[in-house]
Amino acid sequence: MADFTLKVRRFKPEEQQGPYWETFDVDLDPTLSVLDGLLQAKDREDGSLAVRCSCRAAICGSCGMKINGQSTLACKTMLEEAQSFAETHAVAAQVGGDKTESGSHGKPEIVVEPMGNMPVVKDLVTDMESTHWTKIRRVTPWLLPEGDPPEREYIVPPESMIDVTQSMACIQCGACVSSCLSMEADPDFIGPAALAKAYRFIGDPRDAESKERLHDLAQDPHGIYDCTHCFSCIDACPKGVAPMDQIMRLRRAADEEGIHDQNHGRNHMEAFTKIIEKKGTLDEAQLLQDSYAPGVKGKLVPKHGAIKGLVESLPTAIRGVKTGKMRSLPKLIPGVHPKLPGDAQDHVKRIYAHAEDHQVELNLYIRGEEPDEEAPEGAVEPEPDQVADTESRPGADTGLSPGAGS
Amino acid sequence: MAATDTTRGDGLKLAYWPGCVSRGFTPELHGSTALVADRLGIELVELDRANCCGAGVIAEHNQELADTLNARTFALAEQTGLPMMNICSTCQGAQSECQQRLADTEYRSHINETLAEEGLAYDPEGFTNKNFLWVLVEDYGLDRLAEQVTRPLNGLRVGPFYGCYILRPKHRLGYEDHPERDLYLDRLIEALGGEVVQYDGARKCCGFPIITMARDVSLRQAGTHIGDAIDADADCLVTPCPLCHLNLDMQQPEAAKVVNRDLGLAVLHLPQLVGLALGFEPQQLGMRKHIASTEWVEERLAQPAAATA
Repeated sequence: MADFTLKVRRFKPEEQQGPYWETFDVDLDPTLSVLDGLLQAKDREDGSLAVRCSCRAAICGSCGMKINGQSTLACKTMLEEAQSFAETHAVAAQVGGDKTESGSHGKPEIVVEPMGNMPVVKDLVTDMESTHWTKIRRVTPWLLPEGDPPEREYIVPPESMIDVTQSMACIQCGACVSSCLSMEADPDFIGPAALAKAYRFIGDPRDAESKERLHDLAQDPHGIYDCTHCFSCIDACPKGVAPMDQIMRLRRAADEEGIHDQNHGRNHMEAFTKIIEKKGTLDEAQLLQDSYAPGVKGKLVPKHGAIKGLVESLPTAIRGVKTGKMRSLPKLIPGVHPKLPGDAQDHVKRIYAHAEDHQVELNLYIRGEEPDEEAPEGAVEPEPDQVADTESRPGADTGLSPGAGS
Repeated sequence: MAATDTTRGDGLKLAYWPGCVSRGFTPELHGSTALVADRLGIELVELDRANCCGAGVIAEHNQELADTLNARTFALAEQTGLPMMNICSTCQGAQSECQQRLADTEYRSHINETLAEEGLAYDPEGFTNKNFLWVLVEDYGLDRLAEQVTRPLNGLRVGPFYGCYILRPKHRLGYEDHPERDLYLDRLIEALGGEVVQYDGARKCCGFPIITMARDVSLRQAGTHIGDAIDADADCLVTPCPLCHLNLDMQQPEAAKVVNRDLGLAVLHLPQLVGLALGFEPQQLGMRKHIASTEWVEERLAQPAAATA
């Protein structure tokens, strides 16, 4: 009697067969992995089932796939964990498109698919070259130091590398690329893996081209401002790289570098931040205007793209007036929005004065999270082994640092 | 928790952070929340001195600034002695991110030094901040909510749209303790007598965060999800996030141009859907203020139950 049923998305182009679903019953200990299940199916039932794997220990990054719709490593996902999720979330009915929810053992099926955002070569094997590696090469993923190389290795103080250790943990499995929701809408988006890799070099003190790299990625319409901030890559990454956090570090660095990108990314951030300093809550009309054409009152120098953006947003505003959504007209006029009551606005301004002075950045990946007494054990540190590793380095004991680039 | 004499809500009294957008471009959200909370006997103490959560944007510029601003809001909530509630997925996500960093003792004392000038201090001990959806499921209870329903949704086919900020990252958002938070909207729809529509976009991104930076990519996301819901025969969508509402409803005609198809699907705010089931009229709930017409939803609710397939 089988313990688990895997519902696998098959695709065999050599037999001119379109994608179809096939179920495999596997008989394994619940603490073994979904990859173990797939290998048993391949061994006992169908040797043609294509799956890529090597280390089986979440180190090589070969077995990226979607399990119950979640991009992850098959070797890092336990069968019981996957089945429990499939049960609570009724995954088979959703992802498979049919209503068969249980295998021969009466338990829900675990749905296994190839990674998303990439062409499928066969079954669970995707083409990493056409998407993932092409994008990685796009960010010039090697060090560009200044001058002649030293006689021996480059020597840098260990603490200067703390900032990039998180991005260095990437194993190139592609799970983040598979999960990326911006890339679904824009296949040209440079994407989470490549941008995290870019930060690895931009944050490296030995690199001489950091500014050029930043300009390049900020000006590219498919660069750092094309990330929709959906957190999918953070949950997908099996190594705690949190690619989206690295993209936000790139935006912070571009902000500090003063890059006024053609995507209005910095304008938007700057406008948002200033409005809260003045008003305490968001004046959306002001934000819309300033994102496209900052400083309208003083020096209006809108670029072509700015005028286009502002004009494109007009039909939406006009429709809002018609339905009464923005019936109180002041909401449409930038700057009319009220401040916080009493002395509250002054307090907010004082917070700005302090924080803009320090710009402390707390890196929880380096520092680790303090154990929460109420939380169950082991729930607080996603990558305890790596945190311990970085903490043992000299100078890596703080995780509190001034903002990127400063 | 402070005891109150409210009967229907069993003393559920909360420090309420409405956020910015619910008092700006989606005023119907703030209004419908007040109506629904009152009907359910949930007492809301509005934090009118609190500030914007930063929506992740201020943190992009300066993490310490975002953390201090939110610590201020948390401290103001703590002054009331009540648990905090928000009605915006984005507030939830941005504030949870700050809460995660502010759990660090040394960092928090640095932040609290700044707050001390206002006589405030944030102490994470016992502090909670939950959006209205989580409050309804975890604190109020869906069974109790179902008992209050006077106009069951009559098999109305509702597509849930969660919004990224209450779904991910799971570790930050308390999924270890509440692993089914990404199912709450489905359960709420069912508790109100509606039918959950399964479609591809329920847990995807509306695209709003990049509307001014990558307009086409942003609207393609919104348009695709609305289209998928229409293809799955949805009567409407429901979302706990006003920013998702901006892209799904206010920008819907523009999204339709980008995905090159007719859309026209009503998008309800979470408290509006609850309000309909509690017997409020669409106009009271501000549904007429939406860009995408909600007439079809009103017609569907007027149909007798037998007429639904």
